[in-house]
Amino acid sequence: MSALLIEMSLLLSVTMVAAAILATRGRQSLAIAILAAGLVSLLASVQYLLLAAPDVAMTEAAIGSGLTTFLFFFVLGRVRGGERD
Amino acid sequence: MAYIAMTTGFVLILIGLFGALTNRNILRMIVAFTVANTGVNLVMVAVGYMHGRTAPILDEAVPVAEAVARIIDPVPQALVLTAIVIGVGVTALMLAYVYKLYETKRTLDISAFKDLKW
Amino acid sequence: MIRRLFVILLLLGLGAIFAGLVGGYTPNDALNLSARYYAEHTAQDIGAANIVTAIIVTFRGLDTLGEVTVLFLTAAIVGLVLSHGHREGEGSGRELPPAGELLTTGTQLLVPLILLLGVYVFVNGHLTPGGGFQGGAILASAILLLLLTDPLRRISHGLIATIESTAGLVFVGIGVLGIFFAGGFLDNRILPIGSLGALFSAGAIPIVYSFIGLKVGAEFSSMLANLSETEDL
Repeated sequence: MSALLIEMSLLLSVTMVAAAILATRGRQSLAIAILAAGLVSLLASVQYLLLAAPDVAMTEAAIGSGLTTFLFFFVLGRVRGGERD
Repeated sequence: MAYIAMTTGFVLILIGLFGALTNRNILRMIVAFTVANTGVNLVMVAVGYMHGRTAPILDEAVPVAEAVARIIDPVPQALVLTAIVIGVGVTALMLAYVYKLYETKRTLDISAFKDLKW
Repeated sequence: MIRRLFVILLLLGLGAIFAGLVGGYTPNDALNLSARYYAEHTAQDIGAANIVTAIIVTFRGLDTLGEVTVLFLTAAIVGLVLSHGHREGEGSGRELPPAGELLTTGTQLLVPLILLLGVYVFVNGHLTPGGGFQGGAILASAILLLLLTDPLRRISHGLIATIESTAGLVFVGIGVLGIFFAGGFLDNRILPIGSLGALFSAGAIPIVYSFIGLKVGAEFSSMLANLSETEDL
């Protein structure tokens, strides 16, 4: 049981770091970067659940992952042409 | 497991700071800031974790009398809950300013904004 | 290039500090003093099953008041920054294709359910994981779904402002009642504590957290509505 949890935690961590690199490297389109940042948040909320913090997990899933991504997309949709570096 | 989460959190902070310092596009900088924000929260929750204990909610599984020996530290969780909510507020504020900046200069390149630089 | 080198040096230094922190970290094997106090006293003093909720609403209730104030200020500043140049009523002159059948029908089906889930989450904040902030975000996501279906829809800012300010006033009002009828500002014992685990327990916590949920939901909705009512640049 505990070994399984640790493996899950490791897997989540590796995925989070990969998504974070995807989100911050300036190679791919801004939409992908925003979605990758949302993925980091979503995986973080699963990580919180493994760390026995269900309250924080709910907050992160609803606010950090859901609302923030949509706030970004509202602004991204308005600044046409600004997504070029 | 606390070590794994804590290391991930620190790595996320470093990646986020690197992205915020090297990208030229303001929106990309804000995306990097949210990644760093998640990293800080992860470190704080990991500090409160204790091996073999459970979430700070009292029910049949965690009777009141045994609470001290069974639950993990609730204080960092309350802190992080506040931090997440304030974090999204700060992000919304930054995005509103991005919109205004784009309205004035028609670009999001940070090197175009030199008006206060001398 | 020299700039990037400087950034990498800075991050290497920070990384070394972080590595030292992780390497020297030893997890506690017992709760520290404040956590022990909360674990021991929540059940009989506050009556809430969820200790995190007890800390947020009662033990550190003043901080939560500050937090919702910060959130209110943020929503107000976002509204102020984006208010310039709104053309009321006429949309923004854009011709949008109508939302798909799937999205429209899905919204009609889901919005009441999402609102119900949000209310459930913040009414049960003292018993289960969740509470005002999470429930408020869920309420705001229902508004978000409405905005996605019809981007030209105007959410009534007057209604949002009324809900927001009423909830804030009730929150402070319950806190002031605590000074007169219980131990101090935001004390939850103005109502009977009841039995641990019942819906009507924990004194004023469910009421306070419900109003926090309404307030947070109204604030997030106003941020979303303001951002979505901006015009294409």
